Amino acid sequence: MLIRRPDDIPAREITREEDYWNRRRFMGAAGSLAAGAVLGLAVPGRLLARSPGLRRPGQEEELTPLEDVITYNNFYEFGTGKDDPARHAHQLRTRPWALEVDGEVHAPQTFGIEDLWRRFPPEERVYRLRCVEAWSMVIPWFGFSLKDLLDVVQPTSHARFVEFTTLVDPEQMPGQRRDILPWPYVEGLRLDEALHPLTILALGLYGKALPNQNGAPVRLVVPWKYGFKSGKSLVRIRVTREQPRTTWNVVAPREYGFYANVNPEVDHPRWSQARERRIGELRRRPTLMFNGYADQVASLYADMDLRRYY
Amino acid sequence: MTQGQVVRRLVKPAVFVGALGPLVVLLLDTAAGDLGANPVETVTHRTGFTALTLLMITLAVTPLRRMSGIGALATLRRPIGLFAFFYATLHFLTYAVDQTYLSGLGVSPAAIVEDVVERPYITVGLTAFVLLIPLAVTSTKRWIKRLGAKRWQRVHRLVYVAAILGVLHFLWLVKADLFQPLVFAAVLAVLLGARVLSKPRERRTSPPQPRGFTSA
Repeated sequence: MLIRRPDDIPAREITREEDYWNRRRFMGAAGSLAAGAVLGLAVPGRLLARSPGLRRPGQEEELTPLEDVITYNNFYEFGTGKDDPARHAHQLRTRPWALEVDGEVHAPQTFGIEDLWRRFPPEERVYRLRCVEAWSMVIPWFGFSLKDLLDVVQPTSHARFVEFTTLVDPEQMPGQRRDILPWPYVEGLRLDEALHPLTILALGLYGKALPNQNGAPVRLVVPWKYGFKSGKSLVRIRVTREQPRTTWNVVAPREYGFYANVNPEVDHPRWSQARERRIGELRRRPTLMFNGYADQVASLYADMDLRRYY
Repeated sequence: MTQGQVVRRLVKPAVFVGALGPLVVLLLDTAAGDLGANPVETVTHRTGFTALTLLMITLAVTPLRRMSGIGALATLRRPIGLFAFFYATLHFLTYAVDQTYLSGLGVSPAAIVEDVVERPYITVGLTAFVLLIPLAVTSTKRWIKRLGAKRWQRVHRLVYVAAILGVLHFLWLVKADLFQPLVFAAVLAVLLGARVLSKPRERRTSPPQPRGFTSA
């Protein structure tokens, strides 16, 4: 209903989902641009829409299977086991849902989840996700640039940071019945990080609305930072003057900095960040600076000591 | 059946089945490709958890024997202890393979040494495992004779150190949710406390109990 498919394409011509996700392999085998054109016509138009100029870093890497993306999650609101979110997240009600956007802005506004889908048509973004625990995935998100939303509310000249707050409701989020973390979960970005074109609010993945365990109905995705920076099930985005007090940084400041940029040279105090295990692979692979997005984001940190601001 | 027969014919087989259960489940899950998105992590966690659990059960045998007065329970201590060591070995081997063949760096002794020295939870966990090796080796009757019961017992008190380090290893590696390692810590505290409290009383009042290690 939300991801509309042009109805002039007969069902028999629509690419099977499996082939769609394996299209790079398929195209390699076909070895012709013509195949690409045919595929392009057969696939729902909106799924192919991409921002011009954005490198698609996932291109040369295989997507992590959907099964793994939706069963291996860190979402402590539903429990601390990797399989807890998949088991408990069905208790979360994502309709109706309101996202409040306020703080240092000229036009504070509350968006219903349907407003977000309507006003900010999502597009596919294939990003690497690097968890601070040294595992990683490649996920085809379905989202829009956070900048588009911030442009609507118009940050004031005092705006310097953006704070992201996750829902608190122990009724729906059983993990919140214990004080594992100080709820609500709060994350934050510098304003320039928030406005960067790679930073998105995701409404879906694998071409469908977000599964609850992945942060439905709307979550942040900042691909060059460790996964915990990307707040899930957001109810509030507040533009601020002061650096937000972010959850993991409050809980363990020596281990989790405010910036949390993926950096193979700066280890977590208890484990190495030099390598990572890509889910689906057994052998670890090297972790890339800024998770492989250095050419697009390194300039944000040009004069900073990344060992100090980890 | 006498109490001793119940222990030998019923409890002991049940203990073997129970102790082998996690291994069977692990093998079945492996065969079915059912170890989840991160199989190496799953194997690491399961073998470590089982090793620590069995170590706690090993330490529970003597207090249970004293409280119940069922001397035959002592025969369970060695097999459960050896099962704990078996799972600790699997846990260690998983780590070793992860750090070598799966590290993406090939077999790099320097990297392994660095990991062991720089990560306290690894240092502590590895120490616990190393301490268990002499205990497993000297668990036979022959070794009890060779060392003499007194000296043998003193050597085997290392199990307390290994258990404490094992729990510390678990506490040290979790990110935020300390619940499970704290349960282990509480159980261990009770088990060690039971020894401190019961020791002098036993010496005063109870006749020498049959010692399990000679009859298992």
